[in-house]
Parts: sequence; C-alpha cells; structure tokens
Amino acid sequence: MVKGLIDSKRLWPVLGIFVILLILPPLHAPRFYIYILSLMFVTSLLAMSLNLTVGYGGMFQFHHCAFYGVGAYTFALMLTKTSLPMWVGFIAGPIAAAVVGLLIGWFCVRLTQLYFGMLQISLGSLIWAIVFRWYNFTGGDDGIHGIPRPSILSSSNNTYYFILLVLVICLAALYTIVKSPFGATLQAIRDNPQRCEAVGINVRRHQLIAIVLAAFFAGIAGDLFVVLERSVFPDLLFWTLSLEIFIMCLLGGWFTFAGPMLGAAIIVALRTFVGKYTEYWTLILGVILILLIFFLPEGVMGYLLRISKSASQRISGRSQVDAASRGHA
Amino acid sequence: MLGQGFSFAALSSQFLVGLSRAMILFVVCAGLSFVLGVLRVPNVAHGALYMIGAFSAYSISTLFGNSSTGFWLTLILAPLVVALVSLIAERVLFCHLYQREHLMLLLFTFALSLILGDLVKLVWGATYRSVLAPAVLRGSIFILGSPFPRYNLFLLTVGPLVAAGLWFFTNKTKMGKIARAAAVDREMVGALGINVSWVFAAAFVIGCYLAGLGGALVAPTVSVTLGMDHTIIIEAFLIVTIGGLGNIWGALVGSLIFGVTQALGVLFWPQFAIVFPYAAVVIVLLLRPRGLLKSVW
Repeated sequence: MVKGLIDSKRLWPVLGIFVILLILPPLHAPRFYIYILSLMFVTSLLAMSLNLTVGYGGMFQFHHCAFYGVGAYTFALMLTKTSLPMWVGFIAGPIAAAVVGLLIGWFCVRLTQLYFGMLQISLGSLIWAIVFRWYNFTGGDDGIHGIPRPSILSSSNNTYYFILLVLVICLAALYTIVKSPFGATLQAIRDNPQRCEAVGINVRRHQLIAIVLAAFFAGIAGDLFVVLERSVFPDLLFWTLSLEIFIMCLLGGWFTFAGPMLGAAIIVALRTFVGKYTEYWTLILGVILILLIFFLPEGVMGYLLRISKSASQRISGRSQVDAASRGHA
Repeated sequence: MLGQGFSFAALSSQFLVGLSRAMILFVVCAGLSFVLGVLRVPNVAHGALYMIGAFSAYSISTLFGNSSTGFWLTLILAPLVVALVSLIAERVLFCHLYQREHLMLLLFTFALSLILGDLVKLVWGATYRSVLAPAVLRGSIFILGSPFPRYNLFLLTVGPLVAAGLWFFTNKTKMGKIARAAAVDREMVGALGINVSWVFAAAFVIGCYLAGLGGALVAPTVSVTLGMDHTIIIEAFLIVTIGGLGNIWGALVGSLIFGVTQALGVLFWPQFAIVFPYAAVVIVLLLRPRGLLKSVW
C-alpha cells in the first residue's frame, strides 16, 4: 500500500495531504520545532538531490556537499557583498552550483565507481580548501554570519513556509525528472552501462546532465540553508557532510523516490533529540547504521515497501480466495 | 605573497619538514592501501584508528611519567591497542559482510568510524592532549644554518624502516605473499585451501596497526585532539588514490607529493598552504586518474 501511495499517480493527493499537514505546525508548535522541521526540509532537499545521481544514476557521488556549499556561499556573498535584490542571489546560488557541477562532472564522468568518487572528493576538497583560507572573500574558517534577510522572511514562520514552498516545487521537479524519459534512461545506465552504450545512448552525457541537475538542486538547498541559518561556514563543503548525506540516502532507501527524505529526517531528528540527552549521538547513529546494514540493507523506505508489498499480496490473495469461495457458494 | 626569508636554506629546511610529514602520511596510507588492496574496501574508520593510536600514545606515555622509556614503549603498545580494536571489530562484525554489496562495506566502515570517534570522546574527553618526545629527540639541530627539529629527523628514519619492513613482509614472507595473492585473485587463494577469511582479518589488522603506528608517531608533533581523524582520512584517501589503489609504493609516492607540496606551500603562499596539496592531487588525477603507479584493482 505504501508503494501505491508513493510511487504511483496517487502521489499528488498524498503529497497534498502531507503539505496541508505541514502547513499547520507554525500555528501551534513552539519555534524550536518549526526550526527543526525547516532544517529537515533543507536537508531532505539536499539528500533528494544527491539521490538523483546515487540512487537513479548509480554514480559514486562522494562529494555532493561541494555543490551545496557553493550554492550557499554564492547566495551569502551576493547578499552581503552586493546590493542586488535577494531573488537574484537566490537564483545565482543554484546556477553557480550547477556550473561547478558541470566542471567537476565533466572530469568525473570519464571514470567509474571508486575512481569517479575519488576524483570528485579531490576536486571538492580543493574548493573546500580555497574557501577555508580565503579570509577576505569567504571569511575563511569563520565563515559569514548575520547575513541580512529580507523583511518578508524575518519571522521564523514565514521562513518555514518559504522553505516548504520551495521544497514542494523542487520535489515536484525532481519527480518529473525521475519519471521522464531522461530519468528512465538514467536508471537504465545505472543497471547496465555497457548495454546502454551498445544501443547508442550517450552514457557520459546523461550522467553529466544528472550531475548538473543534482548540483542545481543542491544549490537550492544551499540557498535555503542561508535563509534558515543566516550564516555559512566551510563545514558546509567538508567531506564528512558529503558522507552524511550519502548515509541519509542509504538509510532512507536509495532505490525509492522519497527514501532519502526519510533518511534526512531521521538523521536530523536523531541529532536534535538524541543530541539533547547525550553528546554521543554519533555513537548511536553508528550503532543504528550497523543494525541497518545487518538487518535492513534496502533502507527504511525499501523495507516499508517490501512488507507492504507482501501484505498487499496476502490481502489480494485472500480476496481471490474469498471470491472463489463465493463463486462456489 | 612570498613568505619571509625565502632562500635556499629556507627552501631546503621546509623541504625536510615536508619529507617528515610525508613519512607519517606514508605510514598511515600504507596501511589504508594494504587494506584496500586485499579487502577492496576503502576503510573510512582508518582515520579514527589513527586517532585512537595518538590518544593511546598519550595515555601510555603519561602512565610512564613522560619518560624516554615510556615513549619507546608507546611506539610498540599504542599500535597494538589499535590492532586489538580492529581485530575485535573485524571478527565480531565486519567478517560477516564480505559477501555483501560493496557500498555496504563502505557504509560499515563509516559506521565504525562514527562509533570509534565517539568512543575516543567517551574515554579521553574533548580536551587537547600533548605527548612529549623523549629527551634525545627534543630540540633542534642546525641544517644549513636553519633549525630543524630532531624529532623530524627521527621520523625521516622511521619512514624508510617501515617501508623496508613492509617490503620484506609482502615479498619475503609467506603471509605477505598470500596477502598479495588474495589481492589479485581471492577465489584462487581460497581454492588452494587457504582460509581467506583469516587472510582478510590479518590484512585488516595489519593495515589498522599501521594507522595506530602513524597516530603514535604523530602524537609528539601535534596537539592530540578530536577531529584529527577527519583531516587525516581525507588526505589518506587522496594519497592512496594518486599513488594507485592498493599499491604500497604508490602510497609512498603519494605521501611525498602531498607532504612536500604542503610544506613548500607554506613557504610560497602561507595563507593558501593547504590548497597546494589538494591542487597537486587534482592535477595528478586529471592526468592519471588511476594513479601514478599500477593499482592492484
């Protein structure tokens, strides 16, 4: 049943209900929860954008947060160093991320698997190192804080609604991409690159486009991070964050559309709520991951899909038996 | 932009600093590369094990009242602590996963790195620690008129020793030959009646031992602190890649490139010193994406 809800044409009404539910919290919930939900949205978008290349493209996108950071920094720098209106910066962020995606992807798509991942880590780390030390432009290891926000986004509720709106638009766009012929080709390349090459598909170009698109959406996530936090720092580009997003995809279920979102929500929630009680939340995360590897290798969402599939098969099987017995009666 | 006192003497002394840094990187990366060659797994927990090595070095040397004997014992015991930790992790958890998808192995080592990182915080706390070098290795000597730490000289001798030891192990001992054979064709090794699971365990533990040794060696030169695992692991991954995955001599070449560019970067453009090694890695990978030396993959 869950599969029917998530991966079919019934997505839209379900999404609608989901969105309506998410519109409600600011009316009652304390500000802290509004903030956590907003953070979940931003992280979700980041993980979903990564999954375009990891889950659907089968690429070892090991340094995805480079694009996230580039988007965030571009937006932040446009807001602090220029007097251009906010929306210009908001568009510039993802575009800069996509351009960097094009550059990095251009070199990476010539390679496969671990070599692809390693080259990407090295290029991404180069960006991190530059940002980390370029004090008079990026603020170096301090980052940039107190970034001005337009008055319309000054309240946390408005920020929340803005982020939710952007998230929904991006998810719709990502869903369209995944379900498009391009998305189908990408998945075919993931499953069998040699065969795709043989039937005349330009594998590298498709992979490159996927990387650019993923970088673009990561850039939007970077924008949203700036809107939410009003600060940027080099850790946004550091490799450990990339690994963390990767984990979100695997945790939620990278062969499903909404899995990474669930993974992102789980990790943000863990860090927030476990982090409240103990400073050892990564220990708990590590233990959860190991349990997951041993018991739920297809991720939480993948597991839900599997049990719901077998449940629905049981139900449909029973109803057939019912029908048959009625027929005899 | 040029650093102060830019001269031949400064250049050569900075070059030596880079070489000694490269020696530590080599010890760590040789271990990573060894595991990568035999098990085909990029061990993300390698950085955390290095950190455990450094913190163990702190505890052991404190136990012996920072005496010289304590330091030498540290170099023996701290890597053994790390080897024990890795043996437990391998036998209890990791060995059950060898048949699984590759990405899952990577994920496991990441989970292990999270757990070990937090265990270090639990055991040693979040404060900075420092380890004293033994009296013989304190202070500096003068090379071409510029001071050079004695400890770095020590590192410059340890690096080649470790390299020679590894060469002897992989080429002259039966165990090493089996490990090399397992790196090339694990099915064949199994078919010859060798317990591949234990070969993997041994390779993993030896690799992690080297991480611990690297941590113990680095301890007197830096402040031992949480987060040192993140820095080293990314450097180590890049070094191993530019050297050629699984090739121990590649790890040596990669470490030299990384260490020396970093040290010379300090001289040429201090503000962007950390950018130089990354730029060097990018250039190498763009020219030779599969590394400088032959990968065993």
